[in-house]
Amino acid sequence: MWEPGQQPGCRNDLMTQSEVIARLQPIFDDLFAETVVLTPEMTADEVEEWDSLAQLSLLSAIQTDFKIRFRVGEAENTKNIGELADLIGRYVQAK
Amino acid sequence: MGIPSQLLEAEVLQALEYPVDVPLFLRKRRLLKQALQGRKPGVRTRIAILGGSTTAEVKASLEVFLLNQSLEPQFYESEYGRFAEDALFRNPELDAFQPRIAYIHTTWKNIRSFPALGAGSAAFEAAVEEEMSRFRAIWAELEKQHPSCTIIQNNFDLPVLRPLGNLEAGSYSGRVVYINRLNYEFACAAAGNSRLVIHDIHSLSAEVGLEKWYDANLWFSYKLAVTPFGCVLLGKSLANLIQAIYGRTKKCLVLDLDNTLWGGIVGDDGVDNLQLGSETALAESYLAFQNYVKDLKNRGILLAVCSKNEEAVALEGLGHPDGILRPADFAAIKANWLPKHQNITDIAADLNIGLDSLVFVDDNPAERDIVRRYLPDVTVPEVGSDPSQYPLILEKCGCFEPASINEDDLKRARYYEGNSTRSAAASACSDYGEFLESLEMVCEIKPFSPVYLGRIAQLTNKTNQFNVTTRRYTKAEIEEIAREDQYIHLYGRLIDKFGDNGLISVVVGEIEGRSLSILLWLMSCRVLKRGMEEAMLDALVERCQERGIQRILGVYLPTAKNAMVSGLYESLGFTKTAEDESGRTTWVFDLSFDYVPRNRYIRRSE
Repeated sequence: MWEPGQQPGCRNDLMTQSEVIARLQPIFDDLFAETVVLTPEMTADEVEEWDSLAQLSLLSAIQTDFKIRFRVGEAENTKNIGELADLIGRYVQAK
Repeated sequence: MGIPSQLLEAEVLQALEYPVDVPLFLRKRRLLKQALQGRKPGVRTRIAILGGSTTAEVKASLEVFLLNQSLEPQFYESEYGRFAEDALFRNPELDAFQPRIAYIHTTWKNIRSFPALGAGSAAFEAAVEEEMSRFRAIWAELEKQHPSCTIIQNNFDLPVLRPLGNLEAGSYSGRVVYINRLNYEFACAAAGNSRLVIHDIHSLSAEVGLEKWYDANLWFSYKLAVTPFGCVLLGKSLANLIQAIYGRTKKCLVLDLDNTLWGGIVGDDGVDNLQLGSETALAESYLAFQNYVKDLKNRGILLAVCSKNEEAVALEGLGHPDGILRPADFAAIKANWLPKHQNITDIAADLNIGLDSLVFVDDNPAERDIVRRYLPDVTVPEVGSDPSQYPLILEKCGCFEPASINEDDLKRARYYEGNSTRSAAASACSDYGEFLESLEMVCEIKPFSPVYLGRIAQLTNKTNQFNVTTRRYTKAEIEEIAREDQYIHLYGRLIDKFGDNGLISVVVGEIEGRSLSILLWLMSCRVLKRGMEEAMLDALVERCQERGIQRILGVYLPTAKNAMVSGLYESLGFTKTAEDESGRTTWVFDLSFDYVPRNRYIRRSE
């Protein structure tokens, strides 16, 4: 369960962009009714349901699933799935 | 996806029960909504969410919990932060929406002015007055613009940051002091206004923990005053409150005995060796649970026993010297070796209430499972096996949350005690008419009056069997009916020699020219076959004659539960005018002839 400010004790190994994207896929499958096949180039504009509520749900689910916590505004500034995956990867590595 | 949908559904739906699996809920919210929308349609309701922050998360979570309670909500959402404007200035979109519930989702973030640093009591009071006048104006305007709408108002949560430390709770400049005072003022406003209901996020946020409830990151990024995590639990809490406003509060708690109300097996261990009292932690836990149950009974929840035991042995257990619950506290006791689902069905029949009004508590997971399987309408909380947690788990299912407490709730347990005496009297009389005479019944049938409006609204929501139209009304809507001249409205109370049955029947009709159309005609099943329906018709005809009405138009709208009144109009002498394939029938009663009163056994009191 996501606890704000909590630092899990376990250390994760380095994750590549494609590994992160593979782990993001089921999160998207749960949150969106439409089928979204993730690619590094994909942007929010390409997914009809990806509005601000979905964005919030997505970032909550990602932080819960990867046990990480983004800094304010950071994840919102990523331009596409590839950049988001890289950001997640950096957090996972830093733990 | 890939997983059999039924399996997935059962597993995911479990996330809604206490303790709510919040991360799973958030992740599967879309699937939950889909699964719940696939069930039989529920009662429709229109809810306006007037927010002081973004409300999409609140709406999405609330929707799932309402669907789970068979309420089908439509929503209106104010634009971001425009709760006050929507209320104070007419908004055509909100007017057209005609909310039945207006939920004002405000938090401490919406407090405009806190007392200044170093403020004394005068400055503090001035700030309270300023803030309160703003909210009072919002409530007054909503009440005026939406006469049949119930207003739900959040009280205030506490801020996570306390720059003055403990002084926040110890001086006139303190925000904790100020917020507590505003919450007190909100409570006073709600206590004096039946259309204003407080949603207690002050307690809820404490339960969640303030650091999980509010996250500055989410406030700055999304203007979200409550985290998605907090919004899930807020949605559940709000759905429980709305369910209570709709009169869906459960009526009866059915309890197992051994290892549920005491530790040990009374038939094997003997009364003297039961764990109940103050000797051990376990004994204290069972006693605390008995106390909790007794409090439920004292505010009108019926109790019943369903236990695999010899009846004499069960009664012995209920006579334990340290116990609080006694045989007389129970409206029904089924202690035998029949399957529990069969006994529970009998309990519902004995008490004349629907299975969906029952909650069953048993420490044995196999019994819980079998009751869930055979009687899906009965609520069976997953109480586990630790009696110290039973009160908490029972409470968290939200089944017994009341929207208000009225006189009748406090007296109810006594009516049912009287009922078993009445049954005994009936078997002693050979002729039914003779039996009715012997009851020495007196009724009071009058137009709605303010003290009864709460009870009347409650009856419209709870009565399923003797109910020709099954229309549900909120208290605010009943108030409107009482106020407006185009309605004829009557309530009926019935007293007999065994006790007061309380307010048990309601009729509402709308005048259209020389006709009266019946909108609602219901009666509590505890006074079935007493002639009360005839007495109600007599009173209705009297009122109609006073108003120069020449015909009464009746309608019967069939539901799964109201077959018992499909022949009501016919038995009272109405003539059928139409019937469609759904079973809906319409009837007319001509008043231009002399009316012969129908009631023979009940005396009318003035």
